Amino acid sequence: MNNTLDTIMIFLVLTNLALLGLSRLGTCIRIVAVQGVVLGLVPLLMNNWHFEIRLAAFSAVLIVLKGIVFPRLLTKAMRDIKTLREIEPFIGYSSSIALGTALLIICMWLSSHLPLPVETISELTVPVAFFTIMSGLLLIISRKKAITQVLGYLVMENGIYTFGVTLVEHQPVLVELGILLDVFVAVFVMGITMFHINREFDHIDTDQLSNLKV
Amino acid sequence: MIYALLLIPAIAAVLSLIIRKDLLRRLILILASVSHTVITVIAWNVETKSLMGGWIDLDKPGLLFLTITSILFSACSFYAFWYLAVESGKRKQDFEEGLFFTNEPEAIFCSCLMAFLATMTLVTVSQHLGLMWVALEATTLASAPLIYFHRHHRSLEATWKYLLICSVGIALALLGNFFMVIAASVPEVSDKSMILSSMIEQAKLLNVPWLKAAFLLFLVGYGTKMGLAPLHTWLPDAHSEAPSVVSALLSGALLNCAFLGILRSFQVCSAAGLGQFCRELLVLFGLLSMAWAAIFILGQSDYKRMLAYSSVEHIGILALGIGIGAGATFGAMLHAVNHSLTKAMLFMTAGNILAVYKTKNTKSVSGIMTVLPVTGILWIAGFLAITGMPPFGIFLSEFTIVKSMFEQGKAGIAILFLAVLALIFIGMANVFINMAHGKKSDSVNVSDRRESVISVFPPIALGFLTLITGLYIPPVLNNLLHDVAVIMGGNL
Repeated sequence: MNNTLDTIMIFLVLTNLALLGLSRLGTCIRIVAVQGVVLGLVPLLMNNWHFEIRLAAFSAVLIVLKGIVFPRLLTKAMRDIKTLREIEPFIGYSSSIALGTALLIICMWLSSHLPLPVETISELTVPVAFFTIMSGLLLIISRKKAITQVLGYLVMENGIYTFGVTLVEHQPVLVELGILLDVFVAVFVMGITMFHINREFDHIDTDQLSNLKV
Repeated sequence: MIYALLLIPAIAAVLSLIIRKDLLRRLILILASVSHTVITVIAWNVETKSLMGGWIDLDKPGLLFLTITSILFSACSFYAFWYLAVESGKRKQDFEEGLFFTNEPEAIFCSCLMAFLATMTLVTVSQHLGLMWVALEATTLASAPLIYFHRHHRSLEATWKYLLICSVGIALALLGNFFMVIAASVPEVSDKSMILSSMIEQAKLLNVPWLKAAFLLFLVGYGTKMGLAPLHTWLPDAHSEAPSVVSALLSGALLNCAFLGILRSFQVCSAAGLGQFCRELLVLFGLLSMAWAAIFILGQSDYKRMLAYSSVEHIGILALGIGIGAGATFGAMLHAVNHSLTKAMLFMTAGNILAVYKTKNTKSVSGIMTVLPVTGILWIAGFLAITGMPPFGIFLSEFTIVKSMFEQGKAGIAILFLAVLALIFIGMANVFINMAHGKKSDSVNVSDRRESVISVFPPIALGFLTLITGLYIPPVLNNLLHDVAVIMGGNL
């Protein structure tokens, strides 16, 4: 079990780095979806694969949302907007990966300075959760397309969720569902806004949203 | 009772979507808001029962912020009635760039307004930190379509910035929530629920490094939404592009709700003995916000943006007041009331000016006094009130805060505080006086020169309220403010 969780954590790190280095939006959407599905399995894993309706239902909702609904929504947005790749990000792909690696080291250092008050199953969860949040932020800051910024937001949310699911036991389901609902609506509203941005400007390059100053 | 507070706006939100008749929908908006206020007033006198095993309850700080939100919302509903009547119509021409645009369907606008009230109510009554987070994120989502009422590219830009920046900020606050849970996961803590009262009871047992990190994340996360500099970047855009009635609500009600989020985590941290650490951070962010706002108020050429930056300033004063502690905590709570009333009044007045002058540029507006006499008086009164002139309420609250600074020997902060206030006074005086006096602008159409009762009544009512709190704080309000101040670590 320990090994499985460690593997998932390493998988998260690799997917984050891949996201930083890829330009094709379709691939990025799929990677974020896979991340979401894998994370959706973690609650079951934490419970030693014992079947419990509450957990199973929560996992199912999570997987359906992150693995099916979000990618569909974003792919549809991508098609409507007719862009296939992120062109000329603010920070280039290779430098993004280099920056990502540096962030990973910083996160390792940071988590070694913040010892957990309880025992954890995997030592990797805290640094990897930090790193996933940071990667999401980096994606939001360094990319121009609105769609990549939404992806960044989702990655960041995945990171925060990693924290929640691996370290926080006995979360009330209501809160978890509330959080999930909020994220869902957020992506939905962002999707609609993106559609309007495209119609209004004929592109979704947010760096050209610069009329409002001072 | 609390159910009624939550359900009335929620039901009204659904009804707004179903109803086809515009007039009926607007009436429902007013009816729901006013009944919300009536129930809030009843809640002052009646003991409310906690719901859902203590997750939802109306405590003193919640009651204070609920009352502010509810009163503002009632005033805004009347104003929205007028605004929607004026704004209805198919295509409009933008007065800044001459492009044509349509407005958002009124049903969506009204529905989002009511949903906004429902979610803000939920923020004030949440006793569970996780539930509070859910409610605060929901306020962002409910208000984003409100900012995009005028469907043109500038408001779209503002909406995108608002959505993205606030969502990221709030996501950080979610991380803060998890940190709080981790801090509580030490074996000594028996009740691991995130209910405020039990967290405060066991605060001494919490893990200190994680709790400190949690407060930082709460401060940065909710601070983004509250508009603390340098995290405020969405605020001026959203406030200047949104319809004035929405700006009034964002500034007067939403920022306070986010502030309540910070205060809740502050309650836990100060019970854990981290009060000093939190206070220093709050003072730092408070002063930074004030100074930042002053820089942008000086030489500002858009009067709605100026009001938005003024919100950043006053949010800074709130944080500063809590950070100073002792008597200043009472001052900060009073300031929250006064700022909300005054700022909503000013935004509505600005909306009236905008409707006639059709420009947000301060240089192109002059002679409001001759064109719109009542609005002109309101504009000048609002200016005096917001810059802290007696006899308005803000004078009293700022005075209380400064007095407490001197009493605690923090003269350096006090002098800085007064200097920034003076700077802002000069910057605002320049703009407000020139706009109110002088010859009327050529661009004003004579046929537009009318003030409807319903568009000036809400700002007059709010201005009157802040005048009252400046002259005489009613004992009921005084007691409530005092109780809240004691809960927030201030002692008089």
